[in-house]
Amino acid sequence: MNIAIEIGQLAGEALPAASEAGPASKRIVAGFGFWVFLLSDIIMFAALFAAYAVLVNATAGGPSGAELFSQTSVAIETACLLVSSYTCGLMLLAVNSRQRGAFYLAAVVTFVLGAAFLALEIREFAGMIARGATPQASAFLSAFFTLVGCHGLHVTVGLVWLVVMMAQVAVKQFQANVTRRLLCFSLFWHALDIIWVALFTVVYLMGIHS
Amino acid sequence: MTETPALAKEGPSGVLVYTTGLVLAVILTATSFWAANTSLLWAPGVALGLAVLAIAQMGVHLVFFLHITTAPDNTNNVLALAFGLLVVFLVVAGSLWIMGDLSHNLMPAMPASMPMHH
Repeated sequence: MNIAIEIGQLAGEALPAASEAGPASKRIVAGFGFWVFLLSDIIMFAALFAAYAVLVNATAGGPSGAELFSQTSVAIETACLLVSSYTCGLMLLAVNSRQRGAFYLAAVVTFVLGAAFLALEIREFAGMIARGATPQASAFLSAFFTLVGCHGLHVTVGLVWLVVMMAQVAVKQFQANVTRRLLCFSLFWHALDIIWVALFTVVYLMGIHS
Repeated sequence: MTETPALAKEGPSGVLVYTTGLVLAVILTATSFWAANTSLLWAPGVALGLAVLAIAQMGVHLVFFLHITTAPDNTNNVLALAFGLLVVFLVVAGSLWIMGDLSHNLMPAMPASMPMHH
């Protein structure tokens, strides 16, 4: 008992010295929490990637990736998402320096590039389905549509989120909670681009190459 | 002590950081697309090369876009990332290992069982 109390007192004394700076700011805590969510999202994508890698050769006599994928379309999609990730970073810089004009410009460019990515992906899916390469045609296509479609769904959610954030900045200016949400949005958007890097490498480039 | 330099650095060098990241990412992406299409490289090695390029580009995105660095105030983020990568590795490598083993054990079973019927 006595020892336990003494240890508790020792810990209590040591604590203020260890965290002299005080608790972390809400911005850092919110960023960390959202980062943990993003990592869990990346783990979900890892499971989808594992399923795709296992099923990539299970084409059931249907078309394989090399016959279906258009490299030009993928290259344009990659460029759109990469540049939109860059303008999203510029958007956050505009938020940090409280420049509304620059913020709206960067946000609109980010939105347009994200929407262009999504439109190209939907066109690609529609083209594949028109050629009979539907998700139910083979295990490979089921895994492909789940993996790429899940990423596309995330991009859709991101676009909706971006519109909401533009409306919030218009109504509430750069309040502390609005800038925290913008920070989380930029983390989300950059994470989507990281997943796309894995996606175009594993699905498209390795699919075309083999 | 730490706040003023960090805030002062945020302005012009912030754009520089993002632009550096963009240039590096474009170079790595272009190299990936080139490697997948060229016939100059030894074909069986291309897949490995593509994987290396992708991992390098993800690192570029993490450092220049997400600002995950080894700075002391970033320790929690890096630890969470390390744990996330461990789980990702276990899920992907474990699935491929188990399923590869499964099909390796199943595939030869069919021709091997043929002589049994004779």
